[in-house]
Amino acid sequence: MSTASSSVISERLSAAGTANALELRGVTKRFGALAALTDVTITVKPGERRAVLGSNGAGKTTLFNCVTGDFLPTSGTIRLFGEDVTNFPPHERIRRGLRRTYQISLLFTGLSVIDNVYLACRGVSRGRFSLLRPRRSDPLMQAAHDLIEAVHLEDSRETLVSELSYGQQRQLEIALALAGAPRFVLFDEPAAGLSPKERRDLVEILTNLPSHIGYIIIEHDMDVALRVAESVSMMHNGRIFKEGLPQEIENDPEVQELYLGGGHG
Amino acid sequence: MAVADRPLTAQSSPGARLTALLQGIPHAYWAVGAILLLMPLVANSFFLFQVFGWAFILGMIGLSLMFLAGYGGMVSLAQMSIAALAGYLVAILGDSGVEKISLLWPWWLYVPVAIFVAAAFATLVGALAVRTEGIYTIMITLAFAAAFFYFTRQNYSIFNGYSGFANVVPPPLFGVNWRDPVPFYYLTLGCAALSYFAVLYISRSPFGLALQGVRDNPRRMSALGFNVVAHRIAAYTLAAVIAAVAGILLVWQNAQISPGTAGLPAVIDILVIAIVGGLAHPVGPFIGALIYVLLRTFSPNVLGYLALPDDRFKLLIGLGFLVVVYWSPDGVLGLWKRLQERRRKRRDPLVGGSEAS
Repeated sequence: MSTASSSVISERLSAAGTANALELRGVTKRFGALAALTDVTITVKPGERRAVLGSNGAGKTTLFNCVTGDFLPTSGTIRLFGEDVTNFPPHERIRRGLRRTYQISLLFTGLSVIDNVYLACRGVSRGRFSLLRPRRSDPLMQAAHDLIEAVHLEDSRETLVSELSYGQQRQLEIALALAGAPRFVLFDEPAAGLSPKERRDLVEILTNLPSHIGYIIIEHDMDVALRVAESVSMMHNGRIFKEGLPQEIENDPEVQELYLGGGHG
Repeated sequence: MAVADRPLTAQSSPGARLTALLQGIPHAYWAVGAILLLMPLVANSFFLFQVFGWAFILGMIGLSLMFLAGYGGMVSLAQMSIAALAGYLVAILGDSGVEKISLLWPWWLYVPVAIFVAAAFATLVGALAVRTEGIYTIMITLAFAAAFFYFTRQNYSIFNGYSGFANVVPPPLFGVNWRDPVPFYYLTLGCAALSYFAVLYISRSPFGLALQGVRDNPRRMSALGFNVVAHRIAAYTLAAVIAAVAGILLVWQNAQISPGTAGLPAVIDILVIAIVGGLAHPVGPFIGALIYVLLRTFSPNVLGYLALPDDRFKLLIGLGFLVVVYWSPDGVLGLWKRLQERRRKRRDPLVGGSEAS
């Protein structure tokens, strides 16, 4: 018993400094006969910003779902800051600093903007079961107000989410993912459907994140993806087939054949 | 609709704060509050005890279902059984006509123990039910309700089987006979008001907000760090406290409890009350309960007048249920909301119609 718990403690301690932010080893996910992910191995260092590119159905969102724990992988291991989280439920991973956004906004449409962000702040702190209404001086409420300002939604603070524009919902989606003390964020096509101005705002929000926050971004817009990422992984048919710097990937003939030239330009 | 309290200036005195608080209370609350408090001046004993007393009790059990279904998206048919369990415990632990079973504990012991045990039972029901969705939650909680009914009917050593317990009366606290119409009216009114405001308050607390988040989007809640299963189970526990208090009042009102108290017709009545009233707001179940009690009390007279057998009141309730479900799936509350919107629309044709419902 004591050896088991001390090994957990040492695992946590090692997780603090040297370990990789995210480490997938041989992750495979099958849905019946369909292999959505095949033997995916990715290592992302703390603070690293990675883009995952690939055509529709390449397995990018399935990869995110495995990392957050929405799906358990068929085989392989997932380590978050050195800790093996392969069989953890999603909320345990989130409490360890992982965050994600969704391709199609998953928001609480019946609640106001501030309530949405407040819930996100509450989710990663104590008092999730508190029956007492928060006071105005509640530090979490202050944190929620700051987050709303960070994504430029301060004019819509009390607005019901169902009444927000599409672009505003995407911004709120990002605010929810930045609640608490995020250490690693998964962005699933944050720029999809945004106007050129909203895209510029998004790039600014992403590049202004504190440098210790690493992320993986799935993005079809190469313009956005290559500007906010330091490294790129290319996926095709559930496999990672190329990794490198943005310029290398952009100029790679195989990549151009498969992805950039494949009717997406 | 923000989470925080109404904005107040930082240096406001307690007096000014109280005034601001009182001004924040809607007029409807003052009116309904005054009517309910002054009711004993105009209503006779029968109305106070049999109509309002009963409506408050059934409204509270309906409220416990509203809390689960309206905020948590979980329809539980076990709420009547949870109430009845608390009622049974009052008879078993306290005093009743069945001397060989009742333990004669003092009221300050058996009341909290009854609530605690009922809440523990509900937690168990919840732990099994929350892993299912929709129709399967209904089936599992229905199974619990049916099992509770048959168990109480067949078990004679604890639940005294078919005949149950008679002569279960409230303790004569402060020298008051709490089964007298006026004291009983205020007792049930007080408990109903307390649970109503508690639910209203909790709905904007972190737990209440999270429960509504779990209802709307469990996957996202878990991606925000919430343990969705634990939140759902805790909702069962909380709802059970309200149901248990109502169950205790119910056994005191009837002065008896038997398996039929939580029989399947009673279980379904609670569902009908909550749905007819409306699940969108805690006031819904109380409206539903008042309609139910009035129908149940006076429909035999109406039926007799029409030369129909007076045991057909269930037909009336059933027809009423059909009408509500067909014309206004969100209950009387929904009907009220639509009427208001229509009035607003008439007043301002440009803005009124644009509001999303």
